[in-house]
Amino acid sequence: MTSTQPALGGRIDTVEHAAATPDHPQPYRELGLKDDEYARIRDILGRRPTDAELAMYSVMWSEHCSYKSSKAHLRYFGETTTDEMRAKMLAGIGENAGVVDIGDGWAVTFKVESHNHPSYVEPHQGAATGVGGIVRDILAMGARPLAVLDPLRFGPADAPDTKRVLPGVVAGIGGYGNCLGLPNIGGEVVFDPSYAGNPLVNALCVGAMRVEDLHLAHASGVGNKVMLFGARTGLDGIGGVSVLASETFAGDEAGGGRKKLPSVQVGDPFTEKVLIECCLELFRSGLVVGIQDLGGAGLSCATSELASAGEGGMRVELDRVPLRAEGMTPAEILSSESQERMCAVVRPDDVEAFLRVCAKWDVIAVEIGEVTDTGRLQVHWHGETVVDVPPRTVAHEGPVYERPVERPADQDALVADGPERLARPSTPGELRETLLRMVASPNLASRRWVTEQYDRYVRGNTVLAQPADSGMVRIDEETGRGVAVATDCNGRYVKLDPYQGAQLALAEAYRNVAVTGAVPLAVTNCLNFGSPEDPGVMWQFQQAVRGLADGCRELGIPVTGGNVSFYNQTGGTAILPTPVVGVLGVIDDVRRRVPAGIGAEAGETLLLLGDTRDEFGGSEWAHVVHGHLGGRPPAVDLAREKLLAEVLVAGSRDGMVSAAHDLSEGGLAQALVEAALAGQTGCRVVLPADVDPFVWLFAESAGRALVAIPRSEELRFTDMCSARGLPWTRIGVVDPASKALEIQDVATVDLAELRAAWEGTLPALFD
Amino acid sequence: MTARIGVITFPGTLDDIDAARAVRSVDAEPVALWHADADLRGVDAVIVPGGFSYGDYLRAGAIARFAPVMTEVVRAARRGMPVLGICNGFQILCESGLLPGALVRNAGLHFVCRDQWLRVENNETVWTTRYDAGAEILVPLKNMEGRYVADPATLDELEGEGRVVFRYLVDGDASQRYLGIDSPNGALNHIAGIADARGRVVGLMPHPEHAIDALTGPSDDGLGMFLSVLDALVAA
Repeated sequence: MTSTQPALGGRIDTVEHAAATPDHPQPYRELGLKDDEYARIRDILGRRPTDAELAMYSVMWSEHCSYKSSKAHLRYFGETTTDEMRAKMLAGIGENAGVVDIGDGWAVTFKVESHNHPSYVEPHQGAATGVGGIVRDILAMGARPLAVLDPLRFGPADAPDTKRVLPGVVAGIGGYGNCLGLPNIGGEVVFDPSYAGNPLVNALCVGAMRVEDLHLAHASGVGNKVMLFGARTGLDGIGGVSVLASETFAGDEAGGGRKKLPSVQVGDPFTEKVLIECCLELFRSGLVVGIQDLGGAGLSCATSELASAGEGGMRVELDRVPLRAEGMTPAEILSSESQERMCAVVRPDDVEAFLRVCAKWDVIAVEIGEVTDTGRLQVHWHGETVVDVPPRTVAHEGPVYERPVERPADQDALVADGPERLARPSTPGELRETLLRMVASPNLASRRWVTEQYDRYVRGNTVLAQPADSGMVRIDEETGRGVAVATDCNGRYVKLDPYQGAQLALAEAYRNVAVTGAVPLAVTNCLNFGSPEDPGVMWQFQQAVRGLADGCRELGIPVTGGNVSFYNQTGGTAILPTPVVGVLGVIDDVRRRVPAGIGAEAGETLLLLGDTRDEFGGSEWAHVVHGHLGGRPPAVDLAREKLLAEVLVAGSRDGMVSAAHDLSEGGLAQALVEAALAGQTGCRVVLPADVDPFVWLFAESAGRALVAIPRSEELRFTDMCSARGLPWTRIGVVDPASKALEIQDVATVDLAELRAAWEGTLPALFD
Repeated sequence: MTARIGVITFPGTLDDIDAARAVRSVDAEPVALWHADADLRGVDAVIVPGGFSYGDYLRAGAIARFAPVMTEVVRAARRGMPVLGICNGFQILCESGLLPGALVRNAGLHFVCRDQWLRVENNETVWTTRYDAGAEILVPLKNMEGRYVADPATLDELEGEGRVVFRYLVDGDASQRYLGIDSPNGALNHIAGIADARGRVVGLMPHPEHAIDALTGPSDDGLGMFLSVLDALVAA
């Protein structure tokens, strides 16, 4: 981006000048463009691009914005979406965020995005602006943002760099989200060595609107005005997407010339909060025809996407953009990623009213151009034309790569090295020790140190939040209608089998929604992978996409949107493939939500639903106790997951279930501990006589849940399970008088001791 | 005729809709007050809700005290109008001089959001008559700058006059006891909330408006504050 200065001696590169100087050398490689990509731009334009055009193409054709490596594979989501799945979708992939109809005239929009690379460079601001960006995506659909969730992944919990990255990320998410007034209702915190040089900071936002208020990013209506509003545009975040998100860190120090601000943007949550309220008032007043947020690639992205989705033409007077730095060039203004900005299309007669609403909220707003029918995006700078391009070529017709795909040579060896050879605990003493060790291990320990830094109460509609299986918010105070959201992914399972691993992530998020009593409805995803230039990574990617898409078709819930993040690796080593899956569910009345904590009713029976098998490939036990990763991940049976969900939802609807908790990492033992601690109530567990207690306590077989059933409902509930063909096992009783988890013939552990083990780990590491 | 209770919105206020909901839930009428209007719209009492007024980039509440609406609140409070400041509202009341002392950054330096046990130390303020003296209530606490501080003379005065209204109950929650947390934020004398000399202006860091329904909060223990002021207003 330093290109604009030297060669022209400070003069601005206009279209006219570019046409007259075809041989002027341009630093396209430093901007991340390949030779053939640059040649194509020259072809499209019939001349060399101006500096400003080059800046636009380079950011918009970056991996982050153009999906050039993933596009060919992502089409599979569309191909596997049936009409029935599509019926509930009001907007899907390609919009700022997917929108689903949840009934009673309500529409819900949700999406998850990555902010991985900025969060490694500058954890606090990187994570903060990740929250800000996803919230504006939701806002741009016309919805009021309701809640956020943050799936996070870090290097080993005890690594020195994790002590730098994790507290910064958490403080950044909290600092931004809390000040924005959005409850943080869930997410994940996962530790694995593969994330050491490349943490994953994903952010999910969910919002709601009346169905008729849906706003799409269209610049329709010739003569309509283009309004830029929100924060001023500065030098921060320039080239963020092309440099940070699209290449590995090695070699990102290219460029010289004048000093730039860091590529990581700086967030101002107060401005965003005011911007949200301002936007919602503009929507309510009917003053907005189309709207787009300014995120990655800034104005380049917003103007080219708005223009190509509407009548296809737009004229922009770039010198009208309010700036916070002196002497910014057109290229810099177009590619700045300054936060808290939105771009709206407004009817000429409404401009005055639009400006009045913005003034009420002290939001800076400027008319920067208008919709035209020229089919061109034309950007002017003090009377001269600096950009004149067909907008679709910038926004949608970027390069598409068919990257080589190849199953890694060592995949067979990885799968062959199963967990069967690992030494297992067998005596009661060993099992007790294993239980306590597992509960205190970084991936299973309480997330309270993290989640206590997030406001989960603001707006007064949070019904469930961490450590619940899924976060749940009320949308309609009259009827009690609400939504539940969960995100999940076990990267170890995906590493062992990307197709099945992605389905396991889907199954777990689906189950986490269903255990709270909500009906799973739609899926979003954030596909975090290594370098697409590595055929092995592309194989993981291809398999995961296919697994996820096939899984969604089988479950009958559509993928409404998502995000791809490539180049997540340190040097030549890729992260565990991590397709984070978010599932959204709807519940008619949040008063029927099912919590995870046992002991709410006077007498409860504990049932284990589903089948338990000797499955330890990729398990937390193999990881914690043996540092082992190999074999096959647990089997996945989506028909069973669907049945389990139906039973759980029916149990909630008919008031048969007083507590329910998903079984996943750490197996039954972990679920029992969490249910007992959440309910602050002890229980007595009696495993079936003929089973291996180790397998029953620690295996990670999918399709299972622990439920607490009031005695009075037990027969009705078990009859329902039997009638529907869902296996169930009575494994114990809740004992309100007990302050211990008592597993007969295995171990008795006081809840206080369990709590100490479970809650002590993260404070000891990060305080 | 029911009471009309004003809820102020500054740019950056977050818990205004929660405060309004709490007012509605006791069958009083919430009245939206805008920071830029020097007009209390004839309300009978005022709530200054939580959030980050004007972003709180300078010092929590330091800019909000200069808002036109606050000039009117201070004037009305001096005449005896009941005023409740919650979290950022408490900080604003301290900055405005309606309450003594200040709120500084939590001892742990982190934002803290948790369900917190409080003891009602004074049930004679206009906002606390519905509670039994010494009652223990469970209310969310969520802030970055929640550590109450004051000079020794002020503390003596507050304690001597019984103007400490709420205190953090540090033994009430087993999980906190285990963590060895003496107080959630290091507040002097574990002070969570205080009153003015007449018991009509109350400020507290925890959020009673988030504890009006066990569905969305840890309890409905916060309702008592809104019922209390309603009693006083209806009786007046």
